[in-house]
Order: sequence, then C-alpha cells, then structure tokens
Amino acid sequence: MLNRQGRPSAPEAGSAGAGFTTWTGHRGLAHEEPLSFEQGAKGRTAVDLPEIPKVADRLGGLAREGEIGLPGLSEPQVVRHFVRLSRQNYAIDLGVYPLGSCTMKHNPRLNEKLARLPGFADLHPMQPMATIQGALELMAQLGGWLSKLTNMPAIAMSPAAGAHGELCGLLTIRAALEARGDKRKRVLVPESAHGTNPATAAFCGYTVDPIPATADGRVDLEAFRKKLGSDVAAVMLTNPNTCGLFEREIIEVADAIHAAGGFFYCDGANFNAIVGRVRPGDLGIDAMHINLHKTFSTPHGGGGPGSGPVALSAALAPYAPLPYVVQEGDKFRLVEETEGEAKPFGRLKGFHGQMGMFVRALTYMMSHGGDGLKQVAEDAVLSANYIMAALGDVMTAPFEGPCMHEALFDDRFLKGTGVTTLDFAKAMIDEGYHPMTMYFPLVVHGALLIEPTETESKEALDEFIGALRHLAERAKAGDTARFTGAPYLAPRRRLDETAAARQPVLRWTPAQ
Amino acid sequence: MRYLPLTPDDRKAMLEKIGSASVDDLFRDVPTRARLNQPIDLPPHQGELEVERALAALAAKNVSAGSVPSFLGAGAYRHHVPASVDHLIQRSEFLTSYTPYQPEIAQGTLQYLFEFQTQVAAITGMEVANASMYDGATSTAEAVLMAFRVTRRKKAVISGGLHPHYRDVIATTGEAMGADLVIAPVDPEGIADLLQQIDDKTACVVVQNPSVFGHVADLTPLATAVHAKGALLIVVVTEIFSLGALKPPGAMGADIVTAEGQSVGVPLSFGGPYVGLFATREKYMRQMPGRLCGQTVDQDGRRGFVLTMSAREQHIRREKATSNICTNSGLCALSFCIHMTLMGEAGFTGVAKLNHAKAVQAAEKLSALPGVNLLNKAFFNEFTLELPKPAGPIVDNLAAKGVLAGVPGSRLYPGEARAANLLLVAVTETNTDADVARLVAALAGEI
Repeated sequence: MLNRQGRPSAPEAGSAGAGFTTWTGHRGLAHEEPLSFEQGAKGRTAVDLPEIPKVADRLGGLAREGEIGLPGLSEPQVVRHFVRLSRQNYAIDLGVYPLGSCTMKHNPRLNEKLARLPGFADLHPMQPMATIQGALELMAQLGGWLSKLTNMPAIAMSPAAGAHGELCGLLTIRAALEARGDKRKRVLVPESAHGTNPATAAFCGYTVDPIPATADGRVDLEAFRKKLGSDVAAVMLTNPNTCGLFEREIIEVADAIHAAGGFFYCDGANFNAIVGRVRPGDLGIDAMHINLHKTFSTPHGGGGPGSGPVALSAALAPYAPLPYVVQEGDKFRLVEETEGEAKPFGRLKGFHGQMGMFVRALTYMMSHGGDGLKQVAEDAVLSANYIMAALGDVMTAPFEGPCMHEALFDDRFLKGTGVTTLDFAKAMIDEGYHPMTMYFPLVVHGALLIEPTETESKEALDEFIGALRHLAERAKAGDTARFTGAPYLAPRRRLDETAAARQPVLRWTPAQ
Repeated sequence: MRYLPLTPDDRKAMLEKIGSASVDDLFRDVPTRARLNQPIDLPPHQGELEVERALAALAAKNVSAGSVPSFLGAGAYRHHVPASVDHLIQRSEFLTSYTPYQPEIAQGTLQYLFEFQTQVAAITGMEVANASMYDGATSTAEAVLMAFRVTRRKKAVISGGLHPHYRDVIATTGEAMGADLVIAPVDPEGIADLLQQIDDKTACVVVQNPSVFGHVADLTPLATAVHAKGALLIVVVTEIFSLGALKPPGAMGADIVTAEGQSVGVPLSFGGPYVGLFATREKYMRQMPGRLCGQTVDQDGRRGFVLTMSAREQHIRREKATSNICTNSGLCALSFCIHMTLMGEAGFTGVAKLNHAKAVQAAEKLSALPGVNLLNKAFFNEFTLELPKPAGPIVDNLAAKGVLAGVPGSRLYPGEARAANLLLVAVTETNTDADVARLVAALAGEI
C-alpha cells in the first residue's frame, strides 16, 4: 500500500509482525525501559567527588539518618536510560504537532545556544546591579519589542506561564479598581474560553459569569452587553478566539466594558495569528499575556517551563508587579520595592522572571525582525486555511471561514461510523502524527482543533492532509477497528486512565 | 527566512486551493481601523551570525558567577551540573514535546515525571509529590491555598525566617483570596517562637528550614503544636541539597513540603526558569495543585503512565479547579531528575556533606575576622554574618574587585534596620579553598 507521495505506508494493523514476541520485550529499536529505581546497585554513582574535609558538623544534631532510597547508577546507565525514554516521545522535531491552542512551532537551536552563554545562564539573580547590566538591558529590550508589537506601553515580565500571566493581569486590574475605591465582583468569560480563564478569575476571588457564543462562533455582543454592570471588573476574551476565529466585534466589546468602568483582559495564547499585523493595544485591550513558549518559540519542554509576560495599557501600568527594570541614563536598575508613583500590586515569583526564556524569545524576534514576524502570522493563517480548504469535503467545520491560525472541525463527519473524535485522534498516532487538540473548545461537539503553525512546509502539510483524508474515508468505509483499537503501533496502546485515577499510584515503592 | 519553509509559489498554490485572492483577504474579519497598514518600527530579520553577535555583546556586559569567587545563595545556588544533564535535556524528544496529553506517545515524559515524583517524595520524607510547579515561591503560595482548602480556614502564620520573596508571593496571592495572614517579624537569629500565633482559626504555619538566614531547627515541637490546633505545617526548603545531610521535613511532622529544586540540575539563569517541588501526605493527595503522573496499564496489560486526577484541574473543573496552573516546569523537572539519578544515594548525600564541610570551614575563617559575628549555631551550606557596618556597600565594593561576597540583608529587607549589617554567605562544592581565602582577605579589607 502506497501513500499519496508514493512511499510505502505503515504496516496494516494485524499484519505479520504485529503478534511477534521477543525474549527481551524490546521490539527492534523500540526498547522497554524499567524505572531508574528498578536499576542500579548500592554504592554506584555517576559523580566523582573530592575527599570531604574532616570537620565537626554543625547540623545541630539533625543529621539525616537511614537511607533515602535513591538508586545508584553509573553515567553510561543513566545516559542510556534517558535516551531510551526520550525515544518513547513524540516531538515537533519528529513531525507535525498540530495541537490547537499550543502553537507547536519549530524551536530554533540558536535560541538554545545563546541561552547557555555563561553571561546569561550563570548569573545569580541577587548579584549587584553593576554586574548584571547586560541582563537588565536584555529584559528591557525584550519588553521594548513586546511593547511595539502590542502597542501597549508597559510589560510585566515576571509571570512564569500563560496562566500565571492571567493571574498577573487580573491582579493588576483588581489593584487599579481598588485604587479608585471600586470593589467589583464579577468577571465575564466566554463559554469557549481556555479553562485557565475561569480558574484564574475564581483564584482572584471573582465570580465567573459565562458569555454565550453566537452561531458563527463568536462572542454574543448583545448578551455580553446585557451582562455588563457596575460590578463587572473585567471581561476575559481570547482573540483570535478558541474556535480559531477573529472576534469581529472586539472593538465594540472594548468600548462597552470601558463604558461600564471595567477592564478588558485578552488571553494572548493565539497571538501567533496576528503578530506583526494587528496590535492588541489598537483593539482597546488593557492587559494581555503573551506565551513566549507559543508565539516566540521557546521550547515546550514536555510541559514547561513557559513564560507569560503581560502587556498593560497606560491605565494599568502603574500597578504592575515587582520587580521591574528601569533605565536611568545608560544604566539599568531592577526595582524590587515600591518607589515613586508606582503602586505595584505585589510579587508573583521568587525572582525576576524566566530569564532563560527571555534570551530565547529575543533571539527568535531578532532572527525574524519586524518583517519576519508579520510573515509568521501570515504563513500560520495561510496554512490553517489551506488545511480547512483541503479537508472541507471529507470533514465538517462548524463555522464559516476564513479561520485564523487554527482549523476547527466538529464530529458530524463521523456520525454513524461508530468512530469518535478520540478514536480518530488515536488513529492519527498510527499514521505517525501527534493528534490535534480534542474536545476543545467545549462549545463545539467532538471538536478537533488543528494548528499547523508557520513552520511546516507545503509538502509536510500535504502529507498530513493526505493522512487525514485517508482516515476520514476509512471511517466512512466502516473500517471501525482501525480507530476503536488505535493506536496499534505506538509504544503503548490506550492506557487505563480510570484505574489510574481511582487507585492512584504516584510513586514507585520497593517490592515488599 | 530560515525558519519559514513556504515559498512564494507555495503560498500562491495554497491561496488558489483556498479560493482567496490574497493573504490580506484571510484577515478580512479584522476591523478596518485595527488593521496595521505600515510595518511595525522594528529592525528587519537577521542571520544567525548577526543575532549571536548582538546577544553575546549583552552577555559580555554581565559578570557570570562562575568567572569570580561567588558566595550568593538566598534561594538560588550555584552547583556543578554534570555535562550529561544538559546533553540529555536537549534530546529533541524531550525539548520539543509538550504536556503529555496523548500518553501512548509520551511515555518518555510520563516515566521521568513518575521517577521525579518518587525522588521528591523520598528526599523530602513525604508520601506523594506532584510533577513540579513554577518555582519554590509559587509552590509555597499554592501550599497555603491548599491548606485553606483542607482545613476550611483562612489564617496563615508566616515565619520571620521565610525568604521575603516567598513571603511576598504568599501575601500577593493570599490577599486575592481574602486570606488572614499573620507575618512574623524578620528573624535573623532564628529564635522567634510562633506558638503564640497559632489558634483554632489557623489553617497553616509556614516555616523555612534551613531558614533564609541559614538556621537549622528541629521542627518537631512546632509540628505537634500546629497539629494540636488542627492546622497544617508547611515546611519550605530553598536549598534542596540540604536534605542530603539533614533530617527531612517529613520526619519532623510536615504536612506539606515545598521547595526550590534549582540546586539540582538547573542553572542559575538569573532567577528562572526554576522548578518548584511540592510534596504532601497521601491523605491530602486529591487537594494537591499541579499536574500528577500516575501508573496504570495499557490495553495489552503493559505498565504505562498517565496524567491523572485531572478532575482537580482547570481544563476540566474550570472555575472550581484547585489551581489555575496549566504549563509548569517539565524540562527543569527533567534536569532535576537526571542530575539526581546521576548522583544516586551516594552522590546526593556526598555532595551535601561536601557542601556542609566547606561551609563550616568558611564560616570559621570568616567569623574569626575582627568585628564579624556568625549568627548561626547550626546551618547547612549558608550562614549569616553580622558585620560592623552596612553590608550593601561592602558587597558592591567587593564586586568591583571581582568577588561576589554574598547577599546583603538590605537587598532582601530594604529599609529594615536590623538587616542592614547582615551578609548571607553560601558555600557550595564549586567554591575552592582559594575562593574562600579571597573572600576572607577581601572582606578583611573592608571592615
């Protein structure tokens, strides 16, 4: 069987080889790997230490007694262990990773190289100001780029990730409201929002009030206006929204929330679609976090670390958290306590922010330049629309295009096939792909949210489209087992998540 | 544009398939007045060489801690990281994957998270741990919120030995939640008694061990008093290597242990990204914030791992979630896990003992200087010196002479008179005898 490019496709499930067993449990290059705790020998270690000076200890009689229970492995064993583990992971570097809302784009290695320069990586956060001028200048420069790209005057740099940025934004808004003696109770959040939005609002002590969506996948402006009142602190909107659509009436939303005395928070998770083409400040947004690990390509690292600087309007800027960088003549200074006119709402993080991510993001921005960043948005949007157009006849889209950087499908095309969105996604694994985001946004039934990003070649997109077309056709042809049993060819078949949650085993324990 | 594969011909063909005349047409939903008609005033794209040159010039304006004798601690510590750690975390399959939403093709990430959780639980002496938090400070703030959930009370007592940044992060998030925070005065001697502050309304007591000033204390009596009032004891560790030498919080009655894991495997990197550790008792497991990895089996009966108990999390529970956290600190947790695996029992305890011995030697030499007083009776690898004059200017002077002497009390407690003459000095395995001799000589010249 050949695929669209004329290359041999993966072996059919159940073909020769599928039931082949081995003595080791390994399957060729696919190695089974025990836990580190199940390996090793007492006294073995992969670090050599100098002789420990003989001194009377000053531990106050609190020296640790007994074994901790860590295994002893040599360096070759440790290296092999983690290399074997790595090979059980999917990654952007292996193929298209179309996880909607996550912006899994290529991570340039120059970024990694420069973040490791000792002048950045080997700086202690509490060094005297005279010894960290380059680091502070870098933070100021990155803030400057973000400020230009958003047309917003201030950037709070310390949030560690997107959700942490949301917390920063809402606490800034809260501080601004309280400064004018205005205690407000409600935050309006669309039903299609990321789960972090309502979670953050609740975390800040606000009542979350959902805004319904219209039939075309956007915020219902009339319903939103009806919910406004003098107790509404903010609206939290994602734009482009989680359906992959630009909120056409976003300026009306901004005007309405401002008229009601509230603030406009924008979830910037989808900034990649508009960077260099639309500036959030021009839309009337007061606060927006920017996921450096999405739009600006710092690696996702298996789930972080991220970085979520927050762009702030002039009205909110004085309330930004500590610490922040100021420029005085040709010198830079880190402000760590309240001073001058500023009224910082507090501190969000142990130190100053995700410096390692700042270096990577600035490297990425300087590599692209203003012109390249605009091209990023255009290619990301073009690629998503291309997927939408190329699959429109075999899959079903809930909303009219054009989409922005994400193509959203629902599960109507699977109706009557016995195949669910989950099954369809798992079958993609056998075709060599990480599935798209499933069942999100919640407002679309059986959602399949595809974000190709701008770093896929047309050839890669065409092969991906070919695979999806093939699967859609197989589902309709009644080849149900291919889906319901999938994945067949991954390091693991489907895992029993119910058992994992019911009787949690969260750590290894030695056999009794 | 080296990262953008689409050619003009590709774009033309794609637009044809879409049926649009131009890319501008795809942006037609953007309100007219928000469309940017001129290029943003930013420099144009540059090649690798030019970008590298610009960033290297910025890096050269800094004094890297490893280029001079450096004794800074106060929540971030310079340790040797074996070369294989950075090599392994740059494996594409680790570096360029995301949260393991599809466990069948993310067993690598999930298994190391399971190993990481096991390591953290073992080191802290606790029963369970999560898959990491942003950093030690945010982990501690989340612990306070968890104590509120467990006890259904809203009062937290914060020790005067807790790192002031941690204190401030708790205050920032706690105030948003309407918490009643009792913050004890700064405690450089490590003698303050929190028992008077604990009552029937107290949800938790937060204490750091070793304290920010380096004091090591037996927390068992405090734990007993806290538990007698139905409250939880949260123990904070900012130097995780201390647990290679010291009795763990779990053995002293801690209910939650939060820690900064940076010391193991993660570079200083000017304060981040770091890795927060979070461990607790099994009975509180379902109240834990953050991601959790659990063991299970696949359809064919093979052992595998999944993210579990996600019914606590924001993507399921939305406004009722235990925390708003989504992305955490996966790759730093991997660095921690690899470094810890390399060390093993012998290496981890060995490095800890080496740190302590070097610190004891340095403390003896420094406190022998006239007018210099060592405030600590017991400590691990960091201690506090009281100098005869303000430490801030001395630290600046010594930096100009090529010695990073430590963290002055005034940096941590601006405006606090009691802290002005204090100098926090951390000594790790990276400090040579010559480094210590230089610090002693340089400090002697300033006092």
